[in-house]
Amino acid sequence: MDWISILENSARAGVGKDAIVFALAAIGLNVHFGYTGLLNFGQAGFLAIGAYGTAITVTYFDQSIWLGFFVAILAAVVLALLLGVPTLRLRADYLAIVTIAGSEIIRLCVRSVTFGEYTGGSTGLNSFADGFYEVNPLQGGPYGFGPWRYSADTMWWILVGWSLVALSTLLVFALVRSPWGRVLKSIREDEDAARSLGKNVFSYKMQALVLGGVIGSLGGIVNAISTRAVQPDNFSTTITFFAYTALILGGAARTFGPILGAVIFWVLLAFTDSLLREMNRENLLPEAIISGTQIGQVRFMLVGLGLALLMVFRPQGITGDRRELELDAR
Amino acid sequence: MAPDRRTPQLLRAFALALALLLVAAPSGGAQEPIDAGNEEAAQTIRGTLSDGKGTSTRDDDVLVEGVEITVRAVGGEEVGTVTTDEEGVWSVGVPEPGAYQVEIDTSTFPDGAELRNEERRVIQTSLNPGQTRTINFPIGADSRQTTGGLADLAQRIVLGINFGLIIGMMAIGLSLVFGTTGLTNFAHAELVTFGALVAYFFNQTVGLPLLLAAPLAMVVGGAAAGLSDLGIWRPLRRRKTGLIAMLVVSIGLSILFRYLFLYQFGGRTRPYGDYNLQRAIDIGPVSIVPKDLWSIGLSLTVLLLVGFLLQRTKIGKAMRAVADNPDLAASSGIDVDRVVLFVWVTGGALAALGGVLLGLGEQVGFQMGFRQLLLMFAGITLGGLGTAYGALVGCFIVGLVVQVSTVWVPSELNSVTALVVLIGILLVRPQGILGQSERIG
Repeated sequence: MDWISILENSARAGVGKDAIVFALAAIGLNVHFGYTGLLNFGQAGFLAIGAYGTAITVTYFDQSIWLGFFVAILAAVVLALLLGVPTLRLRADYLAIVTIAGSEIIRLCVRSVTFGEYTGGSTGLNSFADGFYEVNPLQGGPYGFGPWRYSADTMWWILVGWSLVALSTLLVFALVRSPWGRVLKSIREDEDAARSLGKNVFSYKMQALVLGGVIGSLGGIVNAISTRAVQPDNFSTTITFFAYTALILGGAARTFGPILGAVIFWVLLAFTDSLLREMNRENLLPEAIISGTQIGQVRFMLVGLGLALLMVFRPQGITGDRRELELDAR
Repeated sequence: MAPDRRTPQLLRAFALALALLLVAAPSGGAQEPIDAGNEEAAQTIRGTLSDGKGTSTRDDDVLVEGVEITVRAVGGEEVGTVTTDEEGVWSVGVPEPGAYQVEIDTSTFPDGAELRNEERRVIQTSLNPGQTRTINFPIGADSRQTTGGLADLAQRIVLGINFGLIIGMMAIGLSLVFGTTGLTNFAHAELVTFGALVAYFFNQTVGLPLLLAAPLAMVVGGAAAGLSDLGIWRPLRRRKTGLIAMLVVSIGLSILFRYLFLYQFGGRTRPYGDYNLQRAIDIGPVSIVPKDLWSIGLSLTVLLLVGFLLQRTKIGKAMRAVADNPDLAASSGIDVDRVVLFVWVTGGALAALGGVLLGLGEQVGFQMGFRQLLLMFAGITLGGLGTAYGALVGCFIVGLVVQVSTVWVPSELNSVTALVVLIGILLVRPQGILGQSERIG
C-alpha cells in the first residue's frame, strides 16, 4: 500500500479545483439556505451560467475574458430574478422545484444541438481562457511545497480561486452582521413576524437569492478557467446536492462552515477513492464485490448515505448551532 | 418519544437495507465503465461515419468508407490522419489529454455523400486523462424528423397519452405521500427504477414472462416502499424531524440507491425479454405498436381501480381525509400511521408498474426513474400538490406537452417545454389545476 500517495492525493484535493468550486457554491447556498431559509436546488444552474457566460462571451462574441466575467455575473443576477419572481411569494418547496427545473433547463439547452452554435453542444467549449493566463504574474515555477507543488498557471488560478473564496466569505460575514443580515435571519425564523414589522420580505429574499447566485456563478467561473473548458454535464443536479452535502457537513449558517465542509468533503472523497484504488491494485478487494470501474460508484453511494445520516443525526454539521437550523417548510 | 431510543432502530434499518442490496448477486453481465477511472489508458477520439437514421436496429444506416479525418491539438501540431474503414469506423489515439480539433476532409467523400451541416466540418473537443471521446459527423439529410402535418400530430398525441398515463401512475405515490406527510420525496424516482429492475431480474435472470414479472415487481416495489416508511420515515416523523431535513434525507437516499443500482445493474440500458420486435399496426393516421396500446389500456384500468379505491373504499376515503388535514383525520379516529403506510405501499406498487411500462417503451437503465422525476414534480405541481387526481391530470398534461411539443420543438428540448410550462403555471395559478385556492406564503 502506497500510503504516501494516498495522503498526498487527499491533501491536494483539499486545495484543488473542486474544493474551491464547491466552497464558492456552498457559500452561495449558505446565503440562501443557511441564512434566509431559501431552498435553492438550482445552484448548478448558477455555476453553469458563470462558466458559460464567460466562455460564450470569448468564443462566440470574440470579446475579452474580463468582459466575460462581467457578463457571467450579470447573467447570474438575471437568472436569480427570473427564478425568484414566480416563486419567492410561494411556499419553500415551490422554490425548490422551480430552481431545480431551472438548472435542468439550462443544462439541457446548453448541451442541445439546437444551441450548439453558441454552446458547443454536448462537447462544450474550450480555448477561451488564454486571456486569464496572459496576465499571470507568476513565471517559471514550480511553486509550493510538499505535496502541493504546482506549475505557474495552476498556482495562478488556485490563488485567484481562494482569493474569491476569501472575499466572498468576508462579504457574507460582514453582511449577515449588518441590519440587513438580521432581517434575513428573521425571515428564516418567522417570515410573518418579519412582514408584520414592516419588512418587505419578498425584496429581501430576492436580494439574498441574487447574492448567493452570484457567488455560485463565481464557482462556475473558477471551474471554467481552471479546466480551460466548459462541458454541460459538469453542471447536473448532482452538483447542487454535493454542494448541499458540503454545506451541511461544515455547518450551515456559519461563516466558515461552507469552506470547511467543501475541503473536508473533497479530502474524504479523494481519500476513499485513492484508498479503494490502492486496495484494488494490491488485490485486497475481491473482484466480485468491487471492480475498478465500481470504485467511483461506491464513492457516490457513500456520499448519499453520508448526506442522509448527517441530516438525521447531526443536521448542524461540524461547526453549526442546532438552534439555528430548526428549519421547516411552511 | 425519547429520540435516543429510536436511533439504533434507524441505524439498523439503514444497515439492513444496505446489506441486503449489496449481498444480492449482481444481476447483469459485464459492467460498462461509467467512471473514466483508468488513468493508465491513452486517450482516444473515435467515431462512426454514418447517416444515423435513428432506428434502433441500425441495420439500414448507410456507412461511409474511405473518408479522411484529421486530429490536431488546438493551436498545435497534427496528431494523426485516419481513413474510415468499411463500417465507417475511425479511431485516433491521442498521447496527451487536452483540447483537440477534429476535421473531416469532405473532398474524400464518395459520390452522393455530404455533411448534414456543412459548417460543422471542424469539431472542437477536449479530453480528460484516459478518456475516449466519440465524435460523430452526421451524413446526409436529417432523417430523424418524421413527416409533419396532422398525421404527425395525431401520432404524437397517442404517444403523449401513453407517456402521460405512465408518469401519472408513477406520480400518484409521490403526490399522496406529500399530501399525507408533507415529505417531498426525491427518492421516489428510485422506487420507479427499482420496480423496473426487479421486473428485469424476474424476466431475464429468472426467466419468467413479463406478464408475471410485472405483478411480482409491483409486490416487491410496494413492499420496499412500505419498509422505507416503517424503517426510515415513520421513525423520522416520531423524532419530529423537519420537512426540509426529511427532504434532504430523501436526496441522500436517492443518490445512494441510484448508484447502488448502477453498481448492481451496470450503466448500460437493456430491454426486457418480451415484446421487443413488434410490427406497428395502423389505426387511421396513427401507427402504433401493440405493446403501447396494451400499455395505455393497462394504465387506464389500473388508474380506474385507483379511483375506485380512493372514492369508494374506507381506506381510500381515509387516505383522502389524511391528505386533506392529518390532524382533523387523527382526531376523528383515523389511524394516520396505518393510512400513511398504506399510501406508501400503494404508491410504491404503482411506481413499480410505471417503471415496468416505461422500461417496456424505452429500455431498463439505472437512472430511468431519475430522468422522469422532474416531469413528475412538474405534473403534480401543475395538478395541485398533494392530491391524487391532481397528480393524474397534471402528469397527463405534462406527458402530452412533452410529446406533442416535438412537432415544433426539437425533441432533445421536449423536457424543457414541460418545465417552462410548469414555471408559467406557477406564475398564474400556484395552487395548480385541482388544488384548493388558498393563500400560499
